Amino acid sequence: MKALIPSSLLSYTHSPEIEAAGATLGELLDDLDRRYPGLRFRMIDEQDNIRPHIRIFVNGEQTFDLALALRPTDVVHIVQALSGG
Amino acid sequence: MTKARSQISKKRKLKAKGNPASKKNLARDKGIMERIERKSATRTRKPAPRSKRASRLRPERRVLALVATRKGAWIYHGDAARKTWRVDGPHFLGHIVNHLALDPRDGKTLLAAAKTGHLGPTIFRSADFGQTWQEAERPPAFAKPADGQKGRVVDHTFWLTPGHASEPGAWYAGTSPQGLFRSEDGGLTWRPFSCVNDDPQYREWMGSVQDGTPDGPKLHSIIVDPRDPAHLYFAMSGGGVHESVDGGGNWKSLVQGLEVVEGFDPANVAFHDPHCVRLCPANPDRLYQQNHCGIYRIDRPANEWVRIGRTMPKRAGDIGFPMVAHPRDADTVWVFPMDGTAVWPRTSPDGLPSVYVTRNGGKTWKRLDSGLPKGQAWWTVKRQAMTADSQDPVGLFIGTTSGELWMSRDEGNRWACIARHLPEIYAVEVAEIR
Repeated sequence: MKALIPSSLLSYTHSPEIEAAGATLGELLDDLDRRYPGLRFRMIDEQDNIRPHIRIFVNGEQTFDLALALRPTDVVHIVQALSGG
Repeated sequence: MTKARSQISKKRKLKAKGNPASKKNLARDKGIMERIERKSATRTRKPAPRSKRASRLRPERRVLALVATRKGAWIYHGDAARKTWRVDGPHFLGHIVNHLALDPRDGKTLLAAAKTGHLGPTIFRSADFGQTWQEAERPPAFAKPADGQKGRVVDHTFWLTPGHASEPGAWYAGTSPQGLFRSEDGGLTWRPFSCVNDDPQYREWMGSVQDGTPDGPKLHSIIVDPRDPAHLYFAMSGGGVHESVDGGGNWKSLVQGLEVVEGFDPANVAFHDPHCVRLCPANPDRLYQQNHCGIYRIDRPANEWVRIGRTMPKRAGDIGFPMVAHPRDADTVWVFPMDGTAVWPRTSPDGLPSVYVTRNGGKTWKRLDSGLPKGQAWWTVKRQAMTADSQDPVGLFIGTTSGELWMSRDEGNRWACIARHLPEIYAVEVAEIR
């Protein structure tokens, strides 16, 4: 499925739009980390929480649930929140 | 091993941009610069031939200053006389770099503790002095707790200490909130070290985020006894000083003799706030400490710290963050006093920055401010931002909260500004290479 990457993480993927696989959001993030080592931990902490300034949208709907089931046609949009002024 | 990401520094492009003390800048600031600052800027042209005296003092090892800041890292390469400096950076522009350290065992591996304001913390590793960087595969991270309990999250890695000379590849890391980690593979993978992170007693002493420093409670001052890899110390702000003689299997608090803020009970380890602990290379049985409540010394096997800061001049007081021990003389140590009165301004007292030195283990102190600003300088020096090289005479470095890097080539007697207009400096370490 399609995953959209924020500019702050382009040093990992070198592309704002990449293809990734996974039956759940957590699996998709694991897939991304296999291909771009270190990427997941910059977004997800060691207790499996999405970090404070990261937001994830699936087909335009915000989610904090890594167990959320995904379909191959879904679009996962990872956003760096513009907090802090 | 999975293929790790590489980040190539755009050195050529950034060189001009990252040269904050170029001659041009210095000329612009001519009105406010002091003579000594103008004389020793970062090198922009070929230096003049060394004098005969400088040649005699020429060190065998070249000195690099590793500067970690709130917005990236810079490396300053000194010439043989430590008089002119070539700047390399920024590395990780925009990253909050809390510490940048060289592995003295191989003389080439650098580790950088980094994060950004929005992304999680990580460790970068370079084996070529920062030309290329490789990210840790498993940065320091707390273990998941038992079901139903809230787990802790590493906000940033604050402190890096290379392991013992007999343990190549071993490193220790201290984090915020307080956590102790170890790597056995040169910083690529990290695991929680010993029981400290999850021990109920230590967790109580660590307190909560509310009990820590303004930018988060920290585990720091991880010290490995050069005579014994199993003899370790670490300190926590807050949470006291701790020692292990069995490689981290067991720890014992080392807070006797230390004072705490008035009204609190010194018997409670949680109330102790060591800012910086240093072991003397010339005598590993002697440690010095800059604490929230004064300057201390301890001579092991004694278990009681002695407050040696009482002899500091009243105008300076004995509050501060950094402390540096002489590489060859256990009676000599330098501090950088800070205004810790009333609301804790965390500036130089009266806007007059100065280093102080004792050469007799704390009996007397001498002010060393020649070359430093003579007024209206409201910066200070953080606990990791003051260090020494091992040359003769010893070179001292301070990195300021206002983004200036100062250096003394004669043990603090005279100071010169190497670089200015950097971001707030969090740490300065020295690397000495052949």
